[in-house]
Amino acid sequence: MSDAPSASSLTEAPADPSKGSLRILQLYPREMNIYGDYGNVLVLKQRLAWRGYGAEILEHNAGDAFPKDVDIIVGGGGQDSGQVVIQDDLQAIAPRLRELAEDGTPMLLICGLYQLFGNVFRTHDGTVIPGIGVLDLETRGGTERLIGNVVARSDEFGEIHGYENHSGQTFLGSGLRPLATVVKGAGNNAEENHEGARHRNIVASYLHGSLLPKNPAIADFLLRTAAERRFGSFQDDGVDDSLAELARQHAGARPR
Amino acid sequence: MNPLPVLVGKAVRVASRLRGGGSAFPGLVVERLDPGFMGRALSDLPHGVVVVSGTNGKTTTTKMVVELLEGQGLSVFTNRTGSNFTRGVAAALLGEVDWRGRLKADVAVLELDEAHAVHFVKLVPPRHSLLLNVLRDQLDRFGEIDATTRLLERIALATTGTVVLNREDPRVAGLASSVPATEVVYFGLDASLRSTFPNDDELRGAEGTAPASALPADVVLRSVDGNSAEFEVAGSTTRTDLRLRGVYNIFNAAAALAAARAVLGGTADTAKLFSSLAAVEPAFGRGESLVVDGQALELVLVKNPSGFRLGLKSFDPAGCATMIAINDNYADGRDMSWLWDVDFDSLGLGGVDVVSGVRAYDMALRLKYDDVRVGAVEPDITDALREFVRMSAGRPKRIFCTYTAMLAVRRELSKITKVEEVS
Ligand SMILES: [Zn+2]
Repeated sequence: MSDAPSASSLTEAPADPSKGSLRILQLYPREMNIYGDYGNVLVLKQRLAWRGYGAEILEHNAGDAFPKDVDIIVGGGGQDSGQVVIQDDLQAIAPRLRELAEDGTPMLLICGLYQLFGNVFRTHDGTVIPGIGVLDLETRGGTERLIGNVVARSDEFGEIHGYENHSGQTFLGSGLRPLATVVKGAGNNAEENHEGARHRNIVASYLHGSLLPKNPAIADFLLRTAAERRFGSFQDDGVDDSLAELARQHAGARPR
Repeated sequence: MNPLPVLVGKAVRVASRLRGGGSAFPGLVVERLDPGFMGRALSDLPHGVVVVSGTNGKTTTTKMVVELLEGQGLSVFTNRTGSNFTRGVAAALLGEVDWRGRLKADVAVLELDEAHAVHFVKLVPPRHSLLLNVLRDQLDRFGEIDATTRLLERIALATTGTVVLNREDPRVAGLASSVPATEVVYFGLDASLRSTFPNDDELRGAEGTAPASALPADVVLRSVDGNSAEFEVAGSTTRTDLRLRGVYNIFNAAAALAAARAVLGGTADTAKLFSSLAAVEPAFGRGESLVVDGQALELVLVKNPSGFRLGLKSFDPAGCATMIAINDNYADGRDMSWLWDVDFDSLGLGGVDVVSGVRAYDMALRLKYDDVRVGAVEPDITDALREFVRMSAGRPKRIFCTYTAMLAVRRELSKITKVEEVS
């Protein structure tokens, strides 16, 4: 057993009893958790706690029964070998995920699961890995790896800072909006200057870093949407994000 | 054979030393003039060449293997300067060979970065290799942890004698299936210690996902109690005190023992191996201890999540002033994601006095999300160190730092205390 915090140990009751808890589900934390994807879950939990809300952190691993009453879904990246392990299970829970997505459940999908939520992944040796078609996009395996710091600009969230590390190149269908326009780095693919995707309440992105700590606007979008869906409102006295702001400034000044 | 390239290389080496220049440049010169130089110099050693590779702990482990073999009376050539790439080996050789390019040593023990080792073994097939681990370290260089494993596999395939493998790292242990012809030897951990060394897949899995290893190991680390440890070697157990600090260094000692035994074969004097091991001092930045204002100051190199976790676990924070310096230069890795895979709760009680480095604010933000109090954030390492020493008067001190931050910290510390010079 490792001493890594388990999902249940992250669960925290609301400090303010008049506020409730949100149920946050991490998809495949065993296989799809690399380059700090865990940080995204921690940020959601803490930003709830700082506002007096509780958080219940759930995990779904291959073979588990899919939980009920999920408020936010978070999915990360993984090794190619990890993607193989989750493949069948992901197809099995796909109808449920499509239903939740269309119903407006907020989701954060990073890297590997961003790709698999699309229609298909064609690897460069010709293998076709089916996605679950929640997002109208297709990913093609490249020979070149896109690696480095990224700065992108979004009308909705402002400047987005992160770090990309992927060989799959993603192309969005005509009806799907990108998350942001790339200022520095590659983003979805080496040809177009956009990064990530936005659909319903889904934010999908290649960016690690982790994404949410340095991009609190995205974290709060997910939390506000989830809280309004569950409680009808989000009681937000604000959070001091001055450290995040300084971290963004320094990250933005770093070489690719 | 033409001795000229060797002589020119030696001359360049002397000249670049006088200029205080880089240690690898003379290696480049001799490589260009005489590409066969390195292979020739290393080909006739009675005990051959030992390559030490893996993502973590190469420097300390190499140092231990060298001292274990020296303790058995062997004369050992090694790339002590930390130039763990081919050109660095060539440069180090230039200082040691005679004018005909011949090395007078019984064995060479070389620390090689995974990517450069693959190049090196094509030129010089090692007789033995010691493969430590594949941890998320420089993924932004190699892309994927599985790609790193394939690099180590190429080293194993090129090895003509024994391949020494870490049985607790599933990726490394798995290499055994790739090398049917060569002899494989394992080092490992007692079942009770396995949770202290989570492999990369276990870092986030709630329970250890890798099964307890049933592979027979030549050397097993049975228990650790402060600076004393118990090793089982070929079935008999020995307890020894160590100068090395930190449990990960002590596990590296098991690796070094297994490698030394592979080199020595039946001639190993086990009692002497342990007395040599007890005397090994930590390598640069691997838990080395300095003195500042009459207080101990410990430097702990951190470069990936499991290393940082082990560092936090190995060094008790109670009563100690703490500084963390995180850079994101090429040698450190540019990606800061790894900080989010480390749990900083153990620093919660005392807090962190100063956070520094190019990515000081990323680190401070990370600590904020673990509810760890931060005294000051100062990206400039010179200013931060001055502040840290002032704030921590009368207390022992500890600085966790990434590789290039460590270099900067040492440079600053050398102005106020004695710091061993690393060329
Ligand atoms: Zn990724």
